[in-house]
Amino acid sequence: MQTLAILDYGMGNLHSMAKALERVAPQARIRITQSAAELRAADRLIFPGQGAMGHCRAELAQRDLLDLLPELAREKPTLGVCLGLQAALDFSEENGGTQGLGLFPGVVQRFPTGLPEAPGLPPIRIPHMGWNRVEPTRPHPLFEGIAPGSRFYFVHSYYAPAGSPEVAAVTHYGLPFAAALGRDGFFAVQFHPEKSQQAGLRLLSNFSRWDGASPASTS
Amino acid sequence: MKARWIWLRPSGWSTGWAAEVALAKRLIPCLDVDGGRVVKGVRFEGLRDAGDPVEIARRYDEQGADELAFLDITASHQERDTLLHLVEAVAAQVFIPLTVGGGVRDCADVRRLLNAGADKISINSAAVARPAFIAEAADHFGSQCIVVAIDARRVPGTDAAPRWEIHTHGGRRPTGLDALDWAERMARDGAGELLVTSMDRDGTGLGFDNELNRAIAARVEVPIIASGGVGKLDHLRDGLLVGHADAVLAASIFHFGTHTIPEAKAFMAAAGLEMRLDPVQVEP
Repeated sequence: MQTLAILDYGMGNLHSMAKALERVAPQARIRITQSAAELRAADRLIFPGQGAMGHCRAELAQRDLLDLLPELAREKPTLGVCLGLQAALDFSEENGGTQGLGLFPGVVQRFPTGLPEAPGLPPIRIPHMGWNRVEPTRPHPLFEGIAPGSRFYFVHSYYAPAGSPEVAAVTHYGLPFAAALGRDGFFAVQFHPEKSQQAGLRLLSNFSRWDGASPASTS
Repeated sequence: MKARWIWLRPSGWSTGWAAEVALAKRLIPCLDVDGGRVVKGVRFEGLRDAGDPVEIARRYDEQGADELAFLDITASHQERDTLLHLVEAVAAQVFIPLTVGGGVRDCADVRRLLNAGADKISINSAAVARPAFIAEAADHFGSQCIVVAIDARRVPGTDAAPRWEIHTHGGRRPTGLDALDWAERMARDGAGELLVTSMDRDGTGLGFDNELNRAIAARVEVPIIASGGVGKLDHLRDGLLVGHADAVLAASIFHFGTHTIPEAKAFMAAAGLEMRLDPVQVEP
């Protein structure tokens, strides 16, 4: 029986994620934990997060996770969600500038105020909230069985830019941004799969069976 | 592409929207809960029973609702806690965002509801009683889960240059606060979204107060949910096109079988609005 560990570091609601994992992996042990031993022992790791980046970094630091998390993400299949994606980059402009974990290159930025959603349309609302289309940029096991352009639920004011080789899916909201980033066994999504009904549950189901190999890591 | 938009705009963004815009407008069925049952009244009074909350939530989820709102409408004035077990039961079965409100007074209440499975917490009376609460809650839990519910009523005699006043406690208590100023302040303090209910229209079936919604939408950057007054599908469409809302919330037309969620979405899509149509086709 595999163990799926959800990292609990005081940033947001983990129960939705636990419920969704229980649904897609009824045989698995689902642990919400901040214990280094439990995280190390788990087969797969979920790095969730909601809220502000500065707070996120402080909470990770307080639990001695700033070094452990990147190490675990290299060892076992790991899924970052929302702030878990943003925290994985080098740097975020949020809270006057916050250092990230450096697992992906780039700088997390706020959606610009007044940016039209499309030419001739009113400015985007911030946060970006609701169901938007996700277009994979390369085949990836986590998108298996999910049609390109499927909608997932987003809620965020900051975004990781599209354009780096690690980008695995793109979404448009006034500008294109990274809906998913992946390198080796670490995959991160800006949307909330646990709140994205069938498409989200499928992605989580794919993750619960993923061995951590991805096309990008072998090419 | 740009030229095409300039040409289309005078006709009211009718066609082509889908080609350019990917974020869907949201349709949110609202479950007003009283004593463990879904109820619905007119102008917050005269409640009718509409069924079991868990069963209704599951049905709306299956039909493709984009989110669910779950409001304990008596919690505030009866000083009762929101029914946590109902939230738990709904959250265990429904994998779309769930907003819960009613009688939320402090960060401990927010925490309890999030732990029960809510994704966003709607706050109304407590924000008026202690405005610093919104900044505290947003700082603590993140703006993404803090919804400020704005219950507004037109100030009589201001038809030419309308003004609206905030009410609390299920619409029973006027506050003297101007709705537009209040909306701006709440967004600045950290509300991630505003749920705007017209007390004049709620439960009447006469349509949203689009003037109110548009005025608020122009004052804030955060998304607006229009609420109160939907009686037919045109009202939902108008809330988005005329009222400039990002999401529309309705109760009675779905609870009492007047329309289904797919009908409402198809109607709005036919009007050129970007909607999340059939629940995504996923291979087994």
